[in-house]
Amino acid sequence: MAQAAETSPKRRGKAKEPPISRADLLKAYRDMLLIRRFEEKAGQLYGMGLIGGFCHLYIGQEAVVVGMQMCLKPGDQVITSYRDHGHMLATGMEARGVMAELTGRIGGYSKGKGGSMHMFSREKGFYGGHGIVGAQVSLGAGLAFANWYRENDNVAVTYFGEGASNQGQVFESLNLAALFKLPCIFVIENNKYGMGTSVERASASRDLSQNGAAWGIPGEQVNGMDVIAVREAGERAVAHCRAGKGPYLLEMKTYRYRGHSMSDPAKYRTREEVQKMRETSDCIETARKMLLEQLAVTEAELKVIDDEVKAIVQDSADFAQESPEPPESELWTDVLVEAK
Amino acid sequence: MGAVILMPALSPTMTEGKLARWLKKEGDAVKSGDVIAEIETDKATMEVEAVDEGTITNILVPEGTEGVQVNSPIAELDGGAGGAAQTMHGIIDKNPRENEKMIAESGTKQRVEVSAPATPRAPEVQPERDWGPTQAITVREALRDAMAAEMRRDKDVFLIGEEVAQYQGAYKISQGLLDEFGPRRVMDMPITEHGFTGMAVGAAFTGLKPIVEFMTFNFSMQAIDQIINSAAKTLYMSGGQLGCQIVFRGPNGAASRVAAQHSQCYASWYAHCPGLKVVAPWSAADAKGLLRAAIRDPNPVIVLENEIMYGHTFDCPTDPDFILPIGRAKVERPGTDVTIVAFSIMVGMAMQAAEKLAEQGISAEVINLRSLRPLDTATIANSVRKTNRLVTLEEGWPYAGIGAEVAMQIMETCFDHLDAPPVRVHGLDIPMPYAANLEKLALPRLEQVVEAAKSVTYK
Repeated sequence: MAQAAETSPKRRGKAKEPPISRADLLKAYRDMLLIRRFEEKAGQLYGMGLIGGFCHLYIGQEAVVVGMQMCLKPGDQVITSYRDHGHMLATGMEARGVMAELTGRIGGYSKGKGGSMHMFSREKGFYGGHGIVGAQVSLGAGLAFANWYRENDNVAVTYFGEGASNQGQVFESLNLAALFKLPCIFVIENNKYGMGTSVERASASRDLSQNGAAWGIPGEQVNGMDVIAVREAGERAVAHCRAGKGPYLLEMKTYRYRGHSMSDPAKYRTREEVQKMRETSDCIETARKMLLEQLAVTEAELKVIDDEVKAIVQDSADFAQESPEPPESELWTDVLVEAK
Repeated sequence: MGAVILMPALSPTMTEGKLARWLKKEGDAVKSGDVIAEIETDKATMEVEAVDEGTITNILVPEGTEGVQVNSPIAELDGGAGGAAQTMHGIIDKNPRENEKMIAESGTKQRVEVSAPATPRAPEVQPERDWGPTQAITVREALRDAMAAEMRRDKDVFLIGEEVAQYQGAYKISQGLLDEFGPRRVMDMPITEHGFTGMAVGAAFTGLKPIVEFMTFNFSMQAIDQIINSAAKTLYMSGGQLGCQIVFRGPNGAASRVAAQHSQCYASWYAHCPGLKVVAPWSAADAKGLLRAAIRDPNPVIVLENEIMYGHTFDCPTDPDFILPIGRAKVERPGTDVTIVAFSIMVGMAMQAAEKLAEQGISAEVINLRSLRPLDTATIANSVRKTNRLVTLEEGWPYAGIGAEVAMQIMETCFDHLDAPPVRVHGLDIPMPYAANLEKLALPRLEQVVEAAKSVTYK
């Protein structure tokens, strides 16, 4: 992780031309900030007892999903594990519906029946939200399979953690995707820890981007704390998949600031390690700095975005508390689709 | 304007905790992400991070205090740049006590019992429809014809599995399908049940309608997580948004002399799970009619076939629209003295038993369940109200088996009509042995069925 943090500013520190347009970076900044503020608010509501059970926050990793989403077009699909709120917001799902699902209310995307780990939006191409580590990878290969079957040029972005990368079905899915040349972008979000187990203690592979090498799947390690680097790698992966050349694998070197879930005291790493990442590599701070210093954005313009984001998040929190719990009749609905 | 920092809940079960240590003191400025305190929960010592910016004006709970209730104020913060003051955990105008009350109330609500059927009930008894002329075909051909008919009808239907394409099916069920529908719709899979089942479920989430063939259902255990956790539960977890129209089919139960890992009945396993439908055909007509219905059904459907039945010939309706409803049993042979309930290959044994019993003056009614979930309790109960006696027959293990479920449902629906305790005939509660003599003993035998019928009729 440290090397990723060091290389990033160097790479574009003295660049004459910023590698991204003002409008694009402003959009990325806004989307990352929305996820950050949303997750902080979710943490607060959890603290108040309004959110129960599992709640896995995405704070720190925002650049990964925002950078990747910038490469996608309508019809492309996204699927991920249970650390999923950021992915939902990035695909354009409404903060209100996501937050109300976290509080288990009828206004939530799943009418309160799914919770933090289980939300979906076909309209936005978001296929969940899955709670079984690694299961979403085979499912993601299936989304890509559907694109291949329908002979369109859409791609499926399948996110999973470095912890899930050791699951048997992940390797099965890499083989299937390579065998059938499925347009699947496998994105390993390597945040260094699978719950409390560091990647070094869980995987014999030191370069997860090469986990598909046996099947000829091209892979790259990417500084996942840098939204521009993510987008650039994402564009290469998307172009490869859209051209019908089969799957692509990106290992995003990233970092989560919070515990694995709300009840994780995170004693497996030092406070200094977390603090160093926040201070030297934070994706939002990096973007903010570039906007101010290289893209002639003013503090006042950023303040407008900050306020807009704050308002969206506050509105979602209000909605999530005002929306009623699902009626008892919801117990028995949606078990089966009634046959036509 | 001041803001209040509340004692946070740091685990799903935490109601109070010890404020172990303050890392900030009064007058300190804090910004988002700063660790301000350590709190001991029932499980661990957790750090509390600041979310809003400001200066701590007042520490209300000194460090070392035990039993601090969740949501009680622990410190005050100046609100910074104007605007409505906020707590660390939410909106200040919402009294934390109200939140607790709300949570308490919601907890009470969840405990309210809601009356609804424990399992989906099939509609009332309906007579079997007459489909007109028939033709003798094998179960194998019936299954193939069902898939071919549905694939012609709907281009979103496709077949995947091991050896289904070029090899024409390990048991030759998919014979000719590759030629007719091509390699995109009839696809050989590598031996990776977990992966290709998940892939098929993912494809089904997008609206495609896969048929997944397991070479035998024994191998579906490699994939059972995807079948239950992904295919069966996602509709519910998505509040009805994301259905999964998919068929899992293949031979189930004992074949012959293939030992324990290849001889197991999965009827009870899959029928246990809400979100799935489960059918088990016996005859060629069952196979064709139920598989067509399974492919058209908007839900995940498990089709439990039987290898030994593949080569058996039955009369099957020739009507091109022939289809059977899922959830209805069939009275294969009417009778008055005892009801024998069976499914799949055991229907044949039940029919033989009925024949033997008739010779001894006992009139047995044989019910072919066809569908295990939903279960056609109405047809079984209707029969038991007439015969007052019930025998269940299955190849699988007795413990929490289909026979146990049928017997219980009958006791719930028409206990007063029973003149004898129901009897289960089933496979022995052991892994399947290989030796020919032992295997024979491990499976239900005709004489056991006859004996069971006689015992419940006290003859």
